[in-house]
Amino acid sequence: MKEQQAIAHPQARVNDFVARFANVNGTGSASANFLFAKAIFRMGIPVTPKNIFPSNIQGLPTWYEVRVSEKGYLGRREGIDLLVAVNAQSMKQDIESVHPGGYLMYDSTKKLHTDMIRGDIHYLGIPMMEMANENYSNPRQRQLFKNIIYVGALSVLLNIEFEVLETLLKEQFAGKEKLIAPNVKALKLGMDYASKHFDYPLDFHLERRDLIKDKILVDGNTACGLGAVYGGATVMAWYPITPSTSVAEAFEKFASKYRIDPETGKKNYAVVQAEDELAAMGMVIGANWNGARSLTATSGPGVSLMNEFIGLAYFAEVPAVLIDVQRAGPSTGMPTRTQQSDITIAAYASHGDSKHPLLFPSTPKECFEMTATSFDLADRLQTPIILMTDLDLGMNDHMSDPFEWDAEKKYDRGKVFNREELEAMGRYGRYLDNEGDGIPYRTYPGTHPSKGAFTTRGTSRDEYAVYTESSEAYVRNMKRLLTKWETAKTIMPEPHLYQEENQQEIGILFFGTSTYSSEEAKDMLGEKGIHLDAIRIKAFPFGEATEAFIQSHKLVFIIEQNRDGQLRSLIINEMQTNPAKLVPVLNYDGMPITADDIASQISNYLKQKTAVAHDLSETYI
Amino acid sequence: MTYLKPIFRHPKLPKNKLGYTLKEYEGGISTLCAGCGHDSISATIVQACYEMDIEPHLVAKISGIGCSSKTPAYFLGNSHGFNSVHGRMPSVATGANMANKDLVYFGVSGDGDTASIGMGQFVHAIRRNLNMVYIVMNNGCYGLTKGQDSATADLGSKSKAGSINPFQPVDLASLAVELGATFVAQSFSGDKQQLVPLIKAGIQHKGLAFINVMSPCVTFNNNPGSTKSYDYVREHMQATGTLDFVPEEKPIHAEYEEGTGTTVSLHDGSEMKLHKLALNWDPEDRVSAANAIQQARMKDEILTGLLYINPVYGDLHDIINTSDTPLNTMKENTLCPGTEKLDTINAGFR
Repeated sequence: MKEQQAIAHPQARVNDFVARFANVNGTGSASANFLFAKAIFRMGIPVTPKNIFPSNIQGLPTWYEVRVSEKGYLGRREGIDLLVAVNAQSMKQDIESVHPGGYLMYDSTKKLHTDMIRGDIHYLGIPMMEMANENYSNPRQRQLFKNIIYVGALSVLLNIEFEVLETLLKEQFAGKEKLIAPNVKALKLGMDYASKHFDYPLDFHLERRDLIKDKILVDGNTACGLGAVYGGATVMAWYPITPSTSVAEAFEKFASKYRIDPETGKKNYAVVQAEDELAAMGMVIGANWNGARSLTATSGPGVSLMNEFIGLAYFAEVPAVLIDVQRAGPSTGMPTRTQQSDITIAAYASHGDSKHPLLFPSTPKECFEMTATSFDLADRLQTPIILMTDLDLGMNDHMSDPFEWDAEKKYDRGKVFNREELEAMGRYGRYLDNEGDGIPYRTYPGTHPSKGAFTTRGTSRDEYAVYTESSEAYVRNMKRLLTKWETAKTIMPEPHLYQEENQQEIGILFFGTSTYSSEEAKDMLGEKGIHLDAIRIKAFPFGEATEAFIQSHKLVFIIEQNRDGQLRSLIINEMQTNPAKLVPVLNYDGMPITADDIASQISNYLKQKTAVAHDLSETYI
Repeated sequence: MTYLKPIFRHPKLPKNKLGYTLKEYEGGISTLCAGCGHDSISATIVQACYEMDIEPHLVAKISGIGCSSKTPAYFLGNSHGFNSVHGRMPSVATGANMANKDLVYFGVSGDGDTASIGMGQFVHAIRRNLNMVYIVMNNGCYGLTKGQDSATADLGSKSKAGSINPFQPVDLASLAVELGATFVAQSFSGDKQQLVPLIKAGIQHKGLAFINVMSPCVTFNNNPGSTKSYDYVREHMQATGTLDFVPEEKPIHAEYEEGTGTTVSLHDGSEMKLHKLALNWDPEDRVSAANAIQQARMKDEILTGLLYINPVYGDLHDIINTSDTPLNTMKENTLCPGTEKLDTINAGFR
């Protein structure tokens, strides 16, 4: 359990609640639950659905949690107001999880055991299985429509517009129109039962709004796959691993739609399912070396396996794009739960001295943009770029600004000599730093009959790519890579500052999927009179703006989802920051961090500091 | 150490159809031991590419780690090379080949690089029938770390230090046939006459051409009792037949000695003319190829020459149906779906 909540929820009852569905994996509940969430989205109300699923295909408990927030808060919130419990396995635990005063909807075909009765919550019993059995003969249909029946009942209790649900069903079954009528029938069964047996709407319910505007509801992995198509990737090499698999699948889906040669029907892309993550990274490096844009997607265990190749790409200076959809580690860890715990391994992947630029998207729109941009960055810097997303962002649907693309945008392929340039020059040197930015010129194989060829290698070499064991040449090369690192700082995305000028002594720093909850926590603390400056990091290496933010605050809370404060360590290591002023705010239980948790950790810390401040003659507030 | 070869060329050196002399196919000076079999193989690659009139810069040489994997620096100096990481040549070659189907790909590996650390990648490159020549310079030992037995060392083979290898060897040619490789050959670094046409045929073959070349390690595995020594290999070689590679445009009718001749047509109309010596062996029949290799092994013979070929299978690009235009030449207009399509995509998520 989390610590005692320090701050109460606002008591607004319109468009502000959390509903949770407790289902059995593999029973078709996902589409019914998504129908519920999407209907709320279509009613113009901000919604955040989250799948909490097992590492299993059929039979284990799975949950779907939907937060509705008039204020537009998209982080996870604790305190379940309504629980739809249709899984006997987890029933007891599910009932315990309901917030006092909340509701439990359950299948009353079988009577609830007295163990399951709590005095402080409301019970909404619906004989779902009985109704499904009476109305449908096919066993699979009985199971599927049981789910739609509870959606129908919820629509009455919460004021979901029937027309919206009906339209969504029509869209879902376009081309399979036969399925619409039995689905609508199931909805109506639920609606009729609820309106006859319960008072409605509930004390918390929905009202149509216009808060969505042009926003979209999409998961980050889909956005990454699409971003790779727009960013010009032609070779996707990958190995299946949760939670990254759907990145490759999305790439293939969009590519098969938009990348087919109209004349020949052949593919203007290649997807290779590799034999393991090592091979996937090897393929990415081979393709990039040969002038194609190539990427792979994986999760922590895959990054571990790719370390040697990442070091090769760093040292041999071959572009590569890696999407790391992080999950709870170490080892197999909790493979279907979220974390931001690959920061250290990604930043410093490989033996020897090496470091790699990282990107931290926090929304699907950023997944799209940063994936596309990562190819430009990889080509410009001739090094691996690692996009650090996570299971929460990658596999859950998020309300996001729509994807945007500049019609005039040209791909930036970085420094590459073509045939004419090679023809016009003297001896070509692959690792010569002509411009002082640490970035040399490369050539693609096959460019020129007698100039520009060289051997790419992971061994030390001189500026002309000739193998050498000269200490001086080795050191010159390693120093040039540091010059390149300085150049990287100037071209990576800038952080987002929440205030024009720093106003407070205390700041908060966060990134990726900790963003929604950090923003909400900032508001919650502000209402209590604790005002904080805030910065959201979008990339590593950190630039001047991040350094200035940290320097100008007495205390900075670093909010992240891992045990060891990995981003905090990275800041200390790279910016020589005094560790005492960086306070970790951590969550690593595999569930997305919540605003309540962040706010209580910060306020508790400040309370303790204030209590001892008199003795130490220093104050933090 | 940096070695540069003298650039002087004798004006009367013969030239191939492209106007290049053999010198233009050579690479840097080898740093391998004097007498190393690998250097002979490099020379064979040079010869094959010269004779086939291949533009040297339209070749990519990719290797792993080890003595063998150093050789790409010693042949085709006008080609890009990639000395990658141990055992991972096939994956780098796969990516490179996906990016540009129009180059000739040489994958150079050793017995440690392929039969131990890189076994997985070897297997999967074969499964995908990647269009490349995959050469294993097989000396049965780890030369760069001073002669430890490798996984291809034969059972009972004696090391330089006198120890007897107690483990079964990995027989790469048998394995390649078993895995469905579409071109499997075996040869000896000391037999240039056999190896040159095999490499030429391998280049022409559309798919993965696996050539396992016995290449003795003069320093660590050339002692009496070793089954990978020059003497042993010479004494135990048994050729399947002689082979002439015939390019499409100029058919040559090779003079055959006594025996049965057979012709294998390649995808582009070129032909391989085989003069069969082995009995009960059909180069286009996997089962008979597997049998021939095994039977030779039982007799302590090393069967060399072309062992198996399936000329019509299609390479990875054919299998996954990629464009005829190399992917690395495509620009925004082909690759980026554009803003209008993005509007439609956005609408699908509302």
